[in-house]
Amino acid sequence: MSILVTPQTKVLVQGITGSFGARHAQLSIDYGTQVVAGVTPGKGGQVFEHKGVQVPIFDTVADAVKATGATTSAVFVPPPFAADAILEGVDAGLELVVAITEGIPVNDMVRVKRSMQGRSTRLIGPNCPGLVTPGEGKDSHGGCRIGIAPGYIHKKGHIGVVSRSGTLTYEAVYQLTSRGVGQSTCVGIGGDPVNGTSHLDVIRMFMADPDTHGIIMIGEIGGSAEEEAAEWIAKNGTKPVAGFIAGATAPPGRRMGHAGAIVSGGKGTAQAKFDAFRAAGIGVAATPSEMADTLLRMM
Amino acid sequence: MNIHEYQAKQLLKQYGVAVPAGDPCKTVEEARAAAERLFGAGHTLIVIKSQIHAGGRGKGTFTHGFKGGVKLAKSVEEAVDFATNMLGKTLVTKQTGPEGRVVQTILVAAAEKILKEFYLAVLLDRATSRPLIMASTEGGVEIEEVAEKSPEKILKEWVDPAVGIMPYQARKIASGLGLKGDVFNAAVKLIMGVYKTSWETDAAMVEINPLAIVETPSGKESIVCVDAKISLDDNALYRHADIQAMRDLAEESPLEIEASKFSLNYIKLDGSIACLVNGAGLAMSTMDIIQHFGGMPANFLDVGGGASKDQVSAAFKIILSDPNVKAIFVNIFGGIMDCNVIATGIVEAVKETGLKLPLVVRLEGNNVAAGKATLAASGLTIISGDTMADAARKVVAAVAA
Repeated sequence: MSILVTPQTKVLVQGITGSFGARHAQLSIDYGTQVVAGVTPGKGGQVFEHKGVQVPIFDTVADAVKATGATTSAVFVPPPFAADAILEGVDAGLELVVAITEGIPVNDMVRVKRSMQGRSTRLIGPNCPGLVTPGEGKDSHGGCRIGIAPGYIHKKGHIGVVSRSGTLTYEAVYQLTSRGVGQSTCVGIGGDPVNGTSHLDVIRMFMADPDTHGIIMIGEIGGSAEEEAAEWIAKNGTKPVAGFIAGATAPPGRRMGHAGAIVSGGKGTAQAKFDAFRAAGIGVAATPSEMADTLLRMM
Repeated sequence: MNIHEYQAKQLLKQYGVAVPAGDPCKTVEEARAAAERLFGAGHTLIVIKSQIHAGGRGKGTFTHGFKGGVKLAKSVEEAVDFATNMLGKTLVTKQTGPEGRVVQTILVAAAEKILKEFYLAVLLDRATSRPLIMASTEGGVEIEEVAEKSPEKILKEWVDPAVGIMPYQARKIASGLGLKGDVFNAAVKLIMGVYKTSWETDAAMVEINPLAIVETPSGKESIVCVDAKISLDDNALYRHADIQAMRDLAEESPLEIEASKFSLNYIKLDGSIACLVNGAGLAMSTMDIIQHFGGMPANFLDVGGGASKDQVSAAFKIILSDPNVKAIFVNIFGGIMDCNVIATGIVEAVKETGLKLPLVVRLEGNNVAAGKATLAASGLTIISGDTMADAARKVVAAVAA
């Protein structure tokens, strides 16, 4: 098993006709993911074609869901329209909306989160690489890839990876795969200050997933989501967890690329997060080169 | 994006928030006219405030020896003297670094008699994903200090974004601050206005410190924002043309401005090892691993997920314009990005810039074999690192040598 998505998950892509959305829809199809629909307002009735796979395009998410049974969406629409696109997916009753878009105004996400209260849809992101449940084939082909992660570096297995950063997730996955260790699901929760799914949400799912045997949790400076996850793990953790926090050398008050990666008013430092990890019995990788080894030593 | 105090007060005023009377001035003549207007209106004391983004202005010193970036004046002549000593001069504060900032604008404003100081701020509470209003009776001091020593003195009110701020929330805060009568009613209006300013301008943070009860020339009590700081959400600037126009490029590092033209995310630091990395998290951890092995990073530089040859070339030029740089560490995990495109970009940039400094490259991911072959065939002296740790050790050693 895996969390959130399986190789059978039917995926629709919002913004499939934009260059970014199209490129990654193609890569997901190449990976063997069930991309069943695209949504671009005004282009309903057209077809997105890639290597013989025909993906019908719809004007609305509701139409796409009705016609194809898609349960999950990947949002690639530009920032000014992203909040609307996310809530359209929620309204259509999707189980999971994965927002890849970077640069959504914070207040838009504040409204989106408020509006999603009491709804059953889960949001991952925004400003995230998405998620991958590796498949059985060569280079993990046949898995479910939603977003922009490189599918081929994965390997089917039993380690869960959760991270706020894209390339740092790939780094951890690559370290695992090159040591012959596979992953159950790898989730990028995104680098924005307001996101749909937290470290803790994903950690709870991994702890409950019988096929996940160990977890790598990657955080960065800013906020207190890593501390909250660590506190929960200290009380409820049943599987080994190793972690790393990026940004120990970042100057306070500066945003380090990600909108949420900022130490302000002495809050959200890497030191505080590392301390919380140690207090919770989470294995701390001394450098990002040792994320996989730190976990494997604990297993 | 940060804006100046006088710009923050202009925004607040648009939302009906009380700020002291005053004007921004770019010349001594303008300062004289503003001072004359204020004294003419019955004010007996005015304040001349240097407008730079860095804090600690009051305790700062100008490079020509004049002390204080914020001064009180009792006469027009005094105001003119202060304006002369501030405008066009370089102010050094604990936040500017030794190079200081040139004061282009001063704010000349009424300095009413302060009877009591408070703190008021609106910011995002990341834990609840809601706007949070914070207030405290401990005005004029840093809120972090209050949070540390007497957290019970901080009042907090979360706003439901579906409803917006309700007047009862402002009343709770005003009451919690111990306000009564006319000042209570004025404070409620002010708090509502400050919240509205924050929400409608897409501010990341609005901080009024101090908010103060003052005695006006007519002897009445009123409540005003004596100082104001606003920072805006960069992601939302596209829908605020008026606020975009407030950007002051003189307050930003020239290298950071240059980088932003190429969609590169660059932040200059004080160390000697320049980094060029794809992805914010990997870029931060590259800085961390340099420090772990005993070096100091010269910058944060994220070239993004789909870096082109032009971007790599621009990135090299930017990091090389920092005179402190003694070596370069390129750390690329090409997930989707083709490593060979990056390698070609590196080779071209090295040839173009005539790079003489040690260059350590760690390349991993898509089409990495071709990328490494391109680097090897270039005839350039490029030190190759197999892992992040290996490359970091090598670049630190290159600087130490």
